[in-house]
Amino acid sequence: MATSERRQAWRSRLYRWDTKGSPYVYIAPFFLVFAAFGLFPLLYTGWLSLHEVSLYNVNQSTWVGFKNFTDLFSGAPSHFFWNALGNTVTLGVLSTVPQLLMALGLAHLLNYKMRGSAFFRTALLAPYATSVAAATLVFALIFSPEGGMANWVLGLFGAAPVHWEAGRWTSQIAISVIVTWRWTGYNALIYLAAMQAVPGDLYEAAALDGASRWKQFLHVTIPALRPTILFTVVISTIGATQLFGEPFLFGGQSGHQGGAANQYETLGVLMYDQGFRNSMLGRASAIAWIMFGLLVLLGAANALIARRLRRSQ
Amino acid sequence: MTTTTQLTHSPTVTTPAPGRRTALRGVRAGRQHHAGPVAYLVLGLVALASLFPLYWTLVAASTDAHRVVSTPPPLVPGGNLFKNLDYVWHNAGGRGMGVALLNSTLVASSVTIGTVAFSVLAGFAFAKLRFRGRGLLMTLVVATLAVPAQLSVVPLFILMHNLGLGNHLGALILPTLVTAFGVFFMRQYLIQALPTELLEAARMDGASSLRTVWHVVVPIARPAMAVLGMLTFVQSWNDFLWPIIAMNGSTNPTVQVALAGLGTGWSTDWSVIMAGALIGTLPLLLVFVLFGKHIVGGITQGAIKG
Repeated sequence: MATSERRQAWRSRLYRWDTKGSPYVYIAPFFLVFAAFGLFPLLYTGWLSLHEVSLYNVNQSTWVGFKNFTDLFSGAPSHFFWNALGNTVTLGVLSTVPQLLMALGLAHLLNYKMRGSAFFRTALLAPYATSVAAATLVFALIFSPEGGMANWVLGLFGAAPVHWEAGRWTSQIAISVIVTWRWTGYNALIYLAAMQAVPGDLYEAAALDGASRWKQFLHVTIPALRPTILFTVVISTIGATQLFGEPFLFGGQSGHQGGAANQYETLGVLMYDQGFRNSMLGRASAIAWIMFGLLVLLGAANALIARRLRRSQ
Repeated sequence: MTTTTQLTHSPTVTTPAPGRRTALRGVRAGRQHHAGPVAYLVLGLVALASLFPLYWTLVAASTDAHRVVSTPPPLVPGGNLFKNLDYVWHNAGGRGMGVALLNSTLVASSVTIGTVAFSVLAGFAFAKLRFRGRGLLMTLVVATLAVPAQLSVVPLFILMHNLGLGNHLGALILPTLVTAFGVFFMRQYLIQALPTELLEAARMDGASSLRTVWHVVVPIARPAMAVLGMLTFVQSWNDFLWPIIAMNGSTNPTVQVALAGLGTGWSTDWSVIMAGALIGTLPLLLVFVLFGKHIVGGITQGAIKG
């Protein structure tokens, strides 16, 4: 009897440990991985940005204070930095704005009752399954100066061929096309999901009031989608701020510096070039922190706009 | 490394209730108009624009260096497909695209298995178990979503170097073994899909916590696990920035690293480069064609972007 009682007590203690301890065991992997490969690198980047570190001797660092930052703002490489910052902004606007507007329109069309809607949805999302590398290489061929598909089509309309990669605007437009191609369908599906959650009686009421389809879109759909639109704006802006693969691969040989004249060098490309080609890991870390600062600023601006919108409603 | 994985505004991220699919098909009465010819025309053109570059990859991969850049450009596949595929299969990225394909499969599978398994565990804990600090810890998980990948590549590079994982596939697997998005996604799903009574019943039967996870939670979470698995696989397979840094100059590259090598190398034999792009894209397109409906569902449930 005594042993069985003891066993009972042991069992209930085991049970209590199990219920108390297991939640922590279950969430531990996430926090361990994040601590090692997320939080630690985050802080370490900050520390590195105040040092001079060579790619070939990563464990030796020399304290330089804020030199990496002041260099970027006004020192020797400042020309590259301001150029990359400007390119990041223009490329961001060129790729985000048309992409989201098109996605909104497409979602509206997909929301109609139609045959083959499953096909259209899958076709629109297919670019999402393509990698940056594969997509950029295909478009680099399409925009190639000799025998490229884009110039051939322009030629059919009697236009002169364009050296897409060489010009600042032409190269940035070409890169924006790649970004837009990959993400428009994805954003359209997000909008579509939000559209289908809009209560039908809102449309019925609008229709009874004599609102046209276009008016319904403007005055019912868009306001109802406001949070989703804000969400996609935030996500796309974050993505645009970190643009790297498209400019890097679009330029082929000169991609690592964003074109022969750095005409489409983004902050992401600059960070790679400074850190992993020029061996200045400290300066690369400073660029990473500046990008992070930009994202925080953008996030704050978005929060402010969101609050304004909510108040105005 | 924290990839830029993001969520929709949380209140609308819900479970796929049985009725949701019909809602997605758009058969709710009273508000939906039929599409006119203009809608078909526009969607048709956009679908064409979406699919054409993929088709063009195939066409270009099946021609030769001269034909691919000639005017007018070839619009139907040529006869050199297998020759080009054979060339990149054996020569791209040092040891060929075949090795790269194997490496990518290995990395993406490991990351997917880890992410799904750990996300189910953590998602279950956050969804259904009571413990001290739960709210704060969950806030922390969500906060980590905002940390961009760029911010950690330099220290990760140093860290992997010191761990002896420079140029090693492990360097690509370890940092993404679990993601905040996965934890959040699972939690949202399990809050609704897992009845608390079922957990109580298991407890009454004296099942240990781990047994409960295996016999109650996992079977219910299976659909969400499949969606999360596919999204994670796509993202891991297509990841670019970290692999190109971690595996720079490696003779044992992943598909993306090998493709970058083809694209930035001295040779511009576009038909060979396109053959590489085709090999890198085809596996995912196959997954996409087979499971496209579920991926579409997964994206509308909780958005993900890499």
